[in-house]
Amino acid sequence: MDYFRVLIVDDEKPFVDTLVNRFNKRNIDTTGVFSGEEALELMKEKLFDVVILDIKMPGGMDGIETLREIKRIQPLSEVILLTGHGSVETSIEGMKLGAFDYILKPVKLEELLVKMADAFEKKDAHDQKIRSAKIKELIRFPGRVLEQEKEEE
Amino acid sequence: MKTSLYANLQKKIIIITLLVSLAPLIILGVTMYYQFSQTCRDKIEEQIRYRSGAQAEAVDLFLKERTAILGAMAASHNFHEMIEGKDLSRVFEVMNLWAGAFVDLGVIDSAGQHLAYVGPYDLKGLNYYQQPWFAEVMSKGIYISDVYMGYRQLPHFIIAVRRQEGQNSWILRATVDPDIFGGIVRSAQIGKTGDAYIINKDGVFQTNPRFEGRILAESNLDTRLFGGRTTVIEQKNTRGRELLYAGSWLKNDKWLLVISQDPREQMSGLFAARNVEILIIISGILAIILATIFTTHLTVSRLRQADLRMNELNAELIQSDKLAAIGKMAAGVAHEINNPLAVILQKTGWMEDLLFEENFQNAKNLEEYKESIKIIEEYVERARKVVHSMLGYARKMEPHLEDVDINGTINQTIDMLENYARTNNIDIQTDLDKDIPIIAGDEAQLQQVFMNLISNAIDAIGKNGLVQVKSRREGTNIAVSIRDDGPGIPQDQQKKVFDPFFTTKGTGKGTGLGLWVTYDIIKGMGGAITLKSEVGKGTTFVVNIPIVIPEKK
Repeated sequence: MDYFRVLIVDDEKPFVDTLVNRFNKRNIDTTGVFSGEEALELMKEKLFDVVILDIKMPGGMDGIETLREIKRIQPLSEVILLTGHGSVETSIEGMKLGAFDYILKPVKLEELLVKMADAFEKKDAHDQKIRSAKIKELIRFPGRVLEQEKEEE
Repeated sequence: MKTSLYANLQKKIIIITLLVSLAPLIILGVTMYYQFSQTCRDKIEEQIRYRSGAQAEAVDLFLKERTAILGAMAASHNFHEMIEGKDLSRVFEVMNLWAGAFVDLGVIDSAGQHLAYVGPYDLKGLNYYQQPWFAEVMSKGIYISDVYMGYRQLPHFIIAVRRQEGQNSWILRATVDPDIFGGIVRSAQIGKTGDAYIINKDGVFQTNPRFEGRILAESNLDTRLFGGRTTVIEQKNTRGRELLYAGSWLKNDKWLLVISQDPREQMSGLFAARNVEILIIISGILAIILATIFTTHLTVSRLRQADLRMNELNAELIQSDKLAAIGKMAAGVAHEINNPLAVILQKTGWMEDLLFEENFQNAKNLEEYKESIKIIEEYVERARKVVHSMLGYARKMEPHLEDVDINGTINQTIDMLENYARTNNIDIQTDLDKDIPIIAGDEAQLQQVFMNLISNAIDAIGKNGLVQVKSRREGTNIAVSIRDDGPGIPQDQQKKVFDPFFTTKGTGKGTGLGLWVTYDIIKGMGGAITLKSEVGKGTTFVVNIPIVIPEKK
């Protein structure tokens, strides 16, 4: 599995902590936060390939709102929705907003890993396309790509 | 309890209706009868009054004639002519020729000596000086006596006139034949009960009445009740019958002519009319009673049916309300349970991860730890299943419409269950209607419905049995019935089978959510699910799915 960065957002602290431990043990670069606001703060500074986002978080931003913001800040990162609630409708709404998939809690780590791998693959394919487009650009107009990379930073 | 309520209502309606409709009828009948009988009685009274007056006039005339002829005879003959020879008998003959009804005739001098006499009795030579009438006639000149027995010992009355001849005065006296006189009075008797007679001021009969007594007997009538010319009174006679009495005083004011009549005799017309009226009223009452009972019965039974239907609807409504409420609650509870389950599962996973580290590999109870972790994971899985089926994931999803072949879905479901059935020696037979149209529906949901019902049927039988699956088109519905020959569901449990967590299966084997979810799915499609079950014979579930034709693409 390629190296990729994962952000876990859930208000259930032990859940986040344990998942972070288990992912890191499997050499997945994982960060955990406990609210939508924290996640957005972090994402403004750091890129993540996959975000695992709990839909229902009491107090503060809820999952759907957070998702909207994430898609604004890092449109390329894939989001997997987690729900303990029965309202699959919300998950479907989330997917319409660009989430990659949803999983019902409780979930086995293996299951989650498979979904994450799928999500990463998609993101990776997307990135490849962008990269090859950039290469083509670079070949034709070497100067412009440099300017663009400066802007991104 | 409920039945008595309806019986009560029926009774009340009948009583009120009857009261309202019968009371005016009866009042009308009674009033009419009363008015009619009053009119009738007035008429009878009028009639009897008239007859009494007329008869009194006739009797008066009779007496007046007799008195007049007697007076004329006295005036036209002198005393000597009368007491000598045959003159008196000649006068008697003339009088009877012109007026009749005289029995005898006599001449009495002023000393009361009966000097001459013509008649059947031997009265000549008797002295009347002591008789009360003698003084009366001497003072008044004309006298008509009451009926009395006298010397002859027979009831009779006399008419006497006084003749003043110079210093001398004498009396011409005649006896009136009581039979002829009585006959005149009696001619006013009519009908079977009518009577006519004369009584004097003391109420003594002066002529023979037809009933109740005879001449000179007491009549029991109080003459003081009669005043003026003619008076009508109503009084009971000696036999206790109500009679009408019309009394007219004669001109001498001593005698009262009485005509009596039983009004009932005259009122036979009234009675006939009354009987007809009663007949009409009774048949009217009967008709009203029958009609009232019939319509009330009809109304109440309609009401009862409507109530029954309403109760059924209410029960259904309560059932679906209840299930909807539980559904909402379940969604909330699920969140609260799933989050802890998620933490438990991850913590357990973390422990498992750590067990692979070197320092744990040599631990004494490594296998025990691993076993414990495995069991925890298994039970988390079991809890997860319960919560997830409680949510009925399928039903929570917006049903997405696709073309569904019901028969195909049934067959697929049976294929999945075939192995399970065969191992328990259960045969699944199908009888599917080929003309069932393709409908727009959610195949996954329908499959879940059939899966739940057929696997329930298999579980109900246990071992060795038959499950029959039938599909039919019924109007705008498709009816799918799933029948098993298992032990059946007792009456008291039949209502509970759609409740969540109701199960007859052992712990850990059934969640009690299958039929609940099934019910919800079918309701969501606008269909219905019913069951028929008899203990010892088996159970049939019938699912009615409305036919929704898919849009043409």
